[in-house]
Amino acid sequence: MNNMKITVKDLNLYYGDFQALKNINIDIEERKITALIGPSGCGKSTFIKTLNRMNDLIEGVKIDGNVMLDGEDIYKDVDVIKLRKRVGMVFQKPNPFPMSVYDNVAYGPRSHGVKKKSILDEIVEKSLRSAAIWDEAKDRLKKNALGFSGGQQQRLCIARALAVEPEVLLMDEPTSALDPIATGRIEELTEDLKKEYTIVIVTHSMQQAGRISDKTAFFLLGDLIEMGDTKKIFSNPDDKRTEDYITGRFG
Amino acid sequence: MRKHFDEQLECLKRQLIKMGAIVEEEIGIAVKALINQDLDLLDKVFELEGKSDQMEIDIEDKCLDVLALQQPLAKDLRIVSTILKIITDLERIGDHGVNIAKVTKSLCNKKLIKPLEDIPKMAEIAQEMIRMSLDSFINEDPQMAKEVAIMDDKVDELYQQIYLELLEILTNDKDTMPQIINLLLIGRYLERIADHATNICEGIFYMTTGHRLEF
Repeated sequence: MNNMKITVKDLNLYYGDFQALKNINIDIEERKITALIGPSGCGKSTFIKTLNRMNDLIEGVKIDGNVMLDGEDIYKDVDVIKLRKRVGMVFQKPNPFPMSVYDNVAYGPRSHGVKKKSILDEIVEKSLRSAAIWDEAKDRLKKNALGFSGGQQQRLCIARALAVEPEVLLMDEPTSALDPIATGRIEELTEDLKKEYTIVIVTHSMQQAGRISDKTAFFLLGDLIEMGDTKKIFSNPDDKRTEDYITGRFG
Repeated sequence: MRKHFDEQLECLKRQLIKMGAIVEEEIGIAVKALINQDLDLLDKVFELEGKSDQMEIDIEDKCLDVLALQQPLAKDLRIVSTILKIITDLERIGDHGVNIAKVTKSLCNKKLIKPLEDIPKMAEIAQEMIRMSLDSFINEDPQMAKEVAIMDDKVDELYQQIYLELLEILTNDKDTMPQIINLLLIGRYLERIADHATNICEGIFYMTTGHRLEF
C-alpha cells in the first residue's frame, strides 16, 4: 500500500445554496501525479482549491468534511500560512509578481523569515534549477519577470512555488495558456518533480492527463464519478459517464 | 457529438467486415478445390488473397490516421487496436488459403490414397469459426467470440487424429510419403486458420468487454 499524502473524507462545499462538491472521498498518493478531469463547472478547480484552503475567504462558502494532510485536518489543526507553505499552487495563467526574477523566487522564503543573502541565493538557484528555467534565468535575475515569455513565466511561477519547499504542488491547468513546446517542458518538469513532491493537476487535456499522471479522477456536476490508475481510466473506465467524457461523446 | 469520428470508426468496421468476407470466400474456394480436386478454382483463390493483402494495408493506414488525428480513448481505442490486430490475423488466414491452393495443385497429380474425411470436417469447423468471428465483431457479441475460442479445441483434436492416422499409413507404405506430407501440411494450415480465428475472437472479447478472455 502506497503512502497517502492527502485523504479527503465526505467533503461537501457550498457556494451559498449551490452545492459545488458533493460528498467527495479521495486519497492522494505521495509522490505521484493525480490528474483531475471533467467538464467546466464540474468542481475540479473548486476541489483543488480546497486542498490549500483557497476557498475559505470567498463569501458564502461553506465547507464540511475532512481534508487530511499527513493525517492532520487542514481545516482544524493546521494554520493557513503554514499550510500554504506545505501545499503550493500554480495557476492557469502565469502570474509572476511585477518585480525581478530573483525577487519573485525569494518572495516566499523572505516572507517566511529568511534574510541572509547567501541562503536566499542558494534557494533561488535551486528553485530555478528544479523548475528547469535556471539556464534561461541565470543572466537575467535582476530583470523584471514580466519580460519573460509565457512558458518561462509559468516555470518561474513553479520555481516560486518550490522556493518555500512545499510537499504538495497543486497545478490548476498550468499549461492551458502555453504553446506545445512550453507545455512539453512543463510536462517533463512534472515528471522530475514527482520524485520529491506530490502533485495534483487540473487539466482539460485528456492527452496531458494520460501523458503525465499516475492517477486520474473524473468529476461531474460536483460528484467524483470515478478515480483510478490513469491507464485504466483511459483504456477501460468502469463508469459509462467517464467513458462518454473521455471519448468526447458527453452530453 | 464527434459525428465525423464516429463515421470514420463505422467506415473502418465496414472495411474490416469486407476484408473478412473476402478471406472467408477465399478459404471456402480453396477447401472446395481441395475436396473436389478442382484446379480451375485455384486462380480465384490467388486473386482473393491479393485483394485481402491490399485491404490490410488500406485498413492499417486508416487506423493510423484515426489514431494520429482523433486520439481515440477507452472503447474507441480498443476498437481501433483490435481492428489493427484482426487484419493481421485475416491476412495470415488468407496466406494459408493460398498455401492450401498450392498443395492442392500438387495433390491433383495423383489419386488420393484414401478419401478425405477428417480434413473436410476440420475445414468446415475452421470456416464456421471465421464466419462466427466476423459475426461476433459485427454484433459486438463477446459470448459468440468465446464460443469460437472453444471450437478451436475440436480442430486441434481433429488435427491430432489426422496426424496419427497419416503417420500410420506412412509407416506401412513409404511410397505414400509425398502425399502424406501434403495432407499433413493441409491439416496444419487448417489448424493455423482456426488459431487465427481464435485470436480474432480473443481480440473481440477484449474490445467489447475491456477484459481478457481467460482459459
